Amino acid sequence: MKKKIKQWLPVIVLALISAVLLYLRPDARAPFSTTVLDYALELVVVLPAVLLLMGLLSLFISNEFIGTHLGSESGLKGMAVAFLLGTLPTGPVYMAFPIARTLRDKGARVANIYIFLSAWACIKIPQELVELRFLGAEFMVYRLLFTIIMVSLLSLVVEKFAHKP
Amino acid sequence: MTAVIINIIALGAFAVAFSRNRQKALKSIKVATKMFLGILPMLIIIILLIGLLFGFVSEAGLRQFIGEQSGPLGVLLVAVTGAVLHIPALLAFPLSASLLAKGASITVIATFITSLTMIGVVTLPLEIKELGGRFAALRNGTSFVAALTISLLMGLFI
Repeated sequence: MKKKIKQWLPVIVLALISAVLLYLRPDARAPFSTTVLDYALELVVVLPAVLLLMGLLSLFISNEFIGTHLGSESGLKGMAVAFLLGTLPTGPVYMAFPIARTLRDKGARVANIYIFLSAWACIKIPQELVELRFLGAEFMVYRLLFTIIMVSLLSLVVEKFAHKP
Repeated sequence: MTAVIINIIALGAFAVAFSRNRQKALKSIKVATKMFLGILPMLIIIILLIGLLFGFVSEAGLRQFIGEQSGPLGVLLVAVTGAVLHIPALLAFPLSASLLAKGASITVIATFITSLTMIGVVTLPLEIKELGGRFAALRNGTSFVAALTISLLMGLFI
């Protein structure tokens, strides 16, 4: 109950602020309502599909699956696997921290753990679909490409400076 | 068109899952509903904010802060904002699209998305607890570098 109030209080406050602002500035009403409807509709046509995909991934991709595959390959192939595995799970990146810790304790490479966490954070597949919808293919492909390049390079930097497990 | 593709992908995945394991596939609908209820408050907040952005913020004003001419300071400010904010990535994309439509630059938007998703100031204590201070500092620090580099490259190419 307390958590619910904490979640919804900002919504109510913002709705009230919006109502007051719109009352004071009638000329803002039209752009406000068109935009709200526009974006709500845009989300309605993709969000159920994206959430369903996330639900499926969360049930069918287990932590054990990730664990057994992340540690099993080395070199460039290991890095590619780390990227791929990072794009599959769902949930915010802090949910990946305990998994990453278990993997490190089991002796997985620091670079691969870094890649896995980074991919989890910013190039998960359901997220990419929403990015494609709202920002377009060009934006999505370039961001994907540069992210993979930068994360691969930085993973080696982090590995060099991190303590060996 | 993309909406159709996204729905086909999701339904296809569901069909494959259903043929493999009926119960688990049906349970995924429940999980999805729960996820939806979880992000619903934030979803409404984001949509309201986008509405306010179009109703009250002038394009010229926005451009000054996060447009093409905003310069390194604007990008840096957005990078820090993204690092501190805690918004689900799913909702960052509609918000980003609205900012782009109002005149924000590609560089700024890419910075926002990357730093928002990769850097977590709020979750830093948890990261330190699980992976240690040194790794957490390295990961978040290099992610900051990554956010800036990726977005500068995107600004050059798009």
